[in-house]
Amino acid sequence: MAQIFHHSTNTIARVSIYGAVLLLLLLGYTVDVVNNSSYVTEVHNARPQPVPFSHKHHVGELGLDCRYCHASVEVSSSAGMPPTQTCMTCHSQIWTGAAMLEPVRASYRDSVPISWTRVNAVPDFVYFNHSIHVAKGVGCTTCHGPIAEMNITWRQESLYMRWCLECHNAPENYLRPRSEVFNSFYRAPKNQQELGLRLMKEYKVQKLTNCTTCHR
Amino acid sequence: MATENKNGGRPDVDIATLRHSAREGNTPRFWRGLDELAGTPEFRDHAENEFPHGANDPNATLDRRELLKVMAASAAFAGLTGCTKLPTQTIVPYVREPEQIIPGKPLFYATAVTLGGVATGVLVESHMSRPTKVEGNPDHPGSLGASDSFAQASILGLYDPDRSRAEVHDGRIGSWPEFQTELTAALAAAKITGGSGLRLLTQTITSASLAAQIRKFLKAFPSAKWHQYESVGRDNVREGARIAFGEYVNAVYRLNRVEVVLTLDSDFLTSGPGSVRYAREFAAKRRVDGAESIMNRLYAVECTPTNTGAMADHRLRMRASEIESFARALAREIGVSAAAGPGSSSSAPAEWIAAVARDLKQHAGASLIVAGDQQPPVVHALAHAINQKLGNFDKTVYFTQPIEESPIHQWESMGELAADIRAGKVTTILILGGNPAYDAPVDLGLRELLPKVKFSARLGMHEDETSVLCHWHIPQAHSLESWGDARAYDGTITVMQPLIAPLYEGKSEHDFLAALNGQAEKPSHDIVREFWLAQKTGIPRFDAFWEKTLRDGVMAGTAFPAKQVSLKLGIGEQPPAARPQGLEIVFRPDPTIWDGRFANNGWLQELPKPLTKLTWDNVAMLSPKMAQRLGLKSEDAIELKYEGRTIVAPAWVMPGHADESVTVFLGYGRTRAGNVGSSAGFDAGWIRPYATPWIGAGLEIRKTHQKWALAATQTHNSMEGRDLVRVATLDEYHKNPKFAQADVVKNPLSLYPEVKYEGYSWGMAVDLNACTGCGSCVVACQAENNIAVVGKKEVMIGREMHWIRIDRYFEGDLDDPKTYHEPVVCMHCEDAPCEVVCPVMATVHSPEGLNEMIYNRCVGTRYCSNNCPYKVRRFNFRLYSDWDTPSLFGMRNPNVSVRSRGVMEKCSYCVQRINAVKIEAEKQDRSVRDGEIVTACQQSCPSEAIVFGNINDPNSRVSKMKAKNLNYSLLEELNTRPRTTYQARLRNPNPEIEKAAAV
Repeated sequence: MAQIFHHSTNTIARVSIYGAVLLLLLLGYTVDVVNNSSYVTEVHNARPQPVPFSHKHHVGELGLDCRYCHASVEVSSSAGMPPTQTCMTCHSQIWTGAAMLEPVRASYRDSVPISWTRVNAVPDFVYFNHSIHVAKGVGCTTCHGPIAEMNITWRQESLYMRWCLECHNAPENYLRPRSEVFNSFYRAPKNQQELGLRLMKEYKVQKLTNCTTCHR
Repeated sequence: MATENKNGGRPDVDIATLRHSAREGNTPRFWRGLDELAGTPEFRDHAENEFPHGANDPNATLDRRELLKVMAASAAFAGLTGCTKLPTQTIVPYVREPEQIIPGKPLFYATAVTLGGVATGVLVESHMSRPTKVEGNPDHPGSLGASDSFAQASILGLYDPDRSRAEVHDGRIGSWPEFQTELTAALAAAKITGGSGLRLLTQTITSASLAAQIRKFLKAFPSAKWHQYESVGRDNVREGARIAFGEYVNAVYRLNRVEVVLTLDSDFLTSGPGSVRYAREFAAKRRVDGAESIMNRLYAVECTPTNTGAMADHRLRMRASEIESFARALAREIGVSAAAGPGSSSSAPAEWIAAVARDLKQHAGASLIVAGDQQPPVVHALAHAINQKLGNFDKTVYFTQPIEESPIHQWESMGELAADIRAGKVTTILILGGNPAYDAPVDLGLRELLPKVKFSARLGMHEDETSVLCHWHIPQAHSLESWGDARAYDGTITVMQPLIAPLYEGKSEHDFLAALNGQAEKPSHDIVREFWLAQKTGIPRFDAFWEKTLRDGVMAGTAFPAKQVSLKLGIGEQPPAARPQGLEIVFRPDPTIWDGRFANNGWLQELPKPLTKLTWDNVAMLSPKMAQRLGLKSEDAIELKYEGRTIVAPAWVMPGHADESVTVFLGYGRTRAGNVGSSAGFDAGWIRPYATPWIGAGLEIRKTHQKWALAATQTHNSMEGRDLVRVATLDEYHKNPKFAQADVVKNPLSLYPEVKYEGYSWGMAVDLNACTGCGSCVVACQAENNIAVVGKKEVMIGREMHWIRIDRYFEGDLDDPKTYHEPVVCMHCEDAPCEVVCPVMATVHSPEGLNEMIYNRCVGTRYCSNNCPYKVRRFNFRLYSDWDTPSLFGMRNPNVSVRSRGVMEKCSYCVQRINAVKIEAEKQDRSVRDGEIVTACQQSCPSEAIVFGNINDPNSRVSKMKAKNLNYSLLEELNTRPRTTYQARLRNPNPEIEKAAAV
């Protein structure tokens, strides 16, 4: 009986088997790359806002405290977004005619809130609480990045769970003294490990990695 | 809605065979229903298979090729789920931030929820001005921090998507100004005759400010009439007081001083004014600790099984119409003169009465007789007389002026109204709330009469049976949307404040009356406030007083003082009328739907009724003996003929029901309740004539050959007759204080390593001695944890989603069993069988001992639920959560995920509450205090049966509960080491009666 398959079939079989494996690996790799790209994570992606609010100017140059606008950061899960009224405390006095600020004035005048585009977001099944992080010595810039350098605000970190766990597993690498939490120019000292471990003890910081800490 | 019996119908339970096997001792000691006793295939099905009708759609078939395709596709797509990109969201801050509102922090406002006009004080949780949860108000005397299931479910009533959203004028959309124009014209026409053709129909009103508005209106129209009507009213209570004292008075009980209670067909622990408080006071007198402790004793004489009867140490079942004879016999025994009734010996054994009387007399001044709302006035009068004879007045019961603003005989008021319409005397009728076209006595013919009135307007939450018969329908504001005030059972006033602006521009009763009084522009806040300003002229700083009243939820010092009453002589001396012969029919409000007002509330529809465990239906309830005589089985559709009217109803064989008596429940058979409530059940009101609102005789039953499939959860999640409820009498407990722990395994071996808990270790204790089975916790849990409603069909196949269920067990005699309730939540087992079988680690143990369920990991294998011996896990077979109806979005608790299809869920010990309290404590650098974390079920429980806390702290309440020798775990032999444990139930029988029964 003649051979059913030609010799070349061997090659085809080999190529397709190894090819399939390679393809799968490649696919997996691609998914990973896409998932970590700023296309998906929005990291370093400065998002357009109705008013081009500059943290660089307000925080970096004028030295406003984070809590002046994000007033509930120490008491609530939400850091809080400033009402138009907060903008107008200053801008009813300075830059009163600036065209850039017209949406703010309009909002105040017409009692229509400003719709800001959210920069930092976690999925709905994640319950993040700002106040407890702040109380335990996690600085604003630890997660939100060099805010004093951002003209238009971007997301500094992916906010993926593995990123959260980097700190939840080893808080000593990130903690700072409570007095420095709102310092936007804070640089970690050389002895961060030592300081972190001391602060962990002092602030009774736990390594909370069980699921219902964030998911429920 | 009779259907052919397919798989939903209950297979045959032959009562004669059951009796036989019970005699032979072949039946379990505790049983959940006749199905279990008989071991029917249907029960086996529920016991052996977790989901008896299969996990999949029974119609769906899958061949091998399909399966492989689906599997391949699932595998391929599994990796892609990580690729979802969060959508762009916006943040919309305030323009001017309101005071006190902090995003992420709920606020609590004090207000009240009313039923039949009587207020229960509540605190309503508000997230950014969005009410999400009702909790009891600890400062309110009628709540003491707890609440009933109706109050818990009121939040769904607010967000009910079927609420009416617009004024309707003769079937077309109208408007409020348009209505006002027409109203003004109608009123102007009525003015000429002084309003002689004008009728105002309201429900029971305890609001002084509203009554003042009504009186103002009546002053302007002196010939107009104000009628009040509730189909489940308290006329008999009021009339009873009038017979006894010559005036309407309000009886207030002090259960905390009572050692012996006798109820005459009364369910005072779970329904009626003050029941929430009474349940707590009653349970407090039953807490037992140590060998010397004593308990109160409860005797219940009743026809229809109730929660109160289930709590009783002695329950005597008796036809409702015979209870009068019983009351007379007891009165004579106590020493109150009362004429004997026909057949006065009744079915109560004389020695029973004598023993009860002796017990009561021994506890003179610390005893109490409570007559049921449905019992005739003379029974109430006799109960007063007996209480007085026993010296209970001012000790265990005191009287106050009525809490109703205008206490009248409502049933007669409705009769008068119907007669006036029939006689053509009524030209304008204004109906505020209620639903008379549905629930007025059927032979008054209100449905035919209403359209005859020239101008009729109705203020209602739904465009219901009454609204469609009126010219105008005005959408009513929910009580959480309006200003008002109401009195509690003891007269205490709560000023009700709105939690949210009316969602559909509804008008409150105050707004409506203001329009009648020509003050349509006046906000109801001003009306209520100005009224109280005028009342409280003696108060120096009214503003501060007003703020405090609103803040506290009670107006200080407004509880009515005790009033001196003098009992009339010879109350029972008039011989009773001859009792009509024939089969008895008893009408009762439905335990969860009440008079039908909650028909469109899915939470209450799906809340298993405490004694029958039925959902989504009402039934005609009869005793096993009677069912045997008539050859009836549960779910047989039967024809009930009474007073010339016939209705088809499903039969339900209820152990413990009186023989030769049928109870039907009101509130069902609504035609225009909404998407949830319409066409559920049958309308018992159709055979409820004016002459016999509660108890009638001469019922005829005809068997049809159809079945009426019912959704009862009594056999679901069965733990198969193991020793789950542990019961002993007080005597037995004194002799053997460790009876509940008889089979504790000492030093059980485990394959799992011992875990040491440092810091917190959460646990729960449930006191079966306190639980009345009311179901408040079930609804509270549903509201707190965003639990979905699944509907009748899904309940029938065992897919209800409640995280907490209340198992009801019967013990003993088929006809007259003892009844026990047992709430079952997740046990949070130390060695949890569910955790080890999950292939994706979606259920794991926390360092504080919680058995965590992580929805976003769950892939829906259901292995965990299969391996759970307690059957507390619930699976989303379909997309049960409503993700589409916008009005429901506002209701959800923002701190709990809304689950989707294909996900397992279960009790989390309210981990969101644990976390919130822990975070606050951490920020203050202290540990969580005992009692700071309160789970939703614990919070709502009227009798404080549930205690939660840190079991690592030996001084916590929960630790102390668990240290008692009554403490036991379910299925201890499995060595799962549950964190939820139970305190065994104790009975305190009268030795005289117990001995007589044993002989």
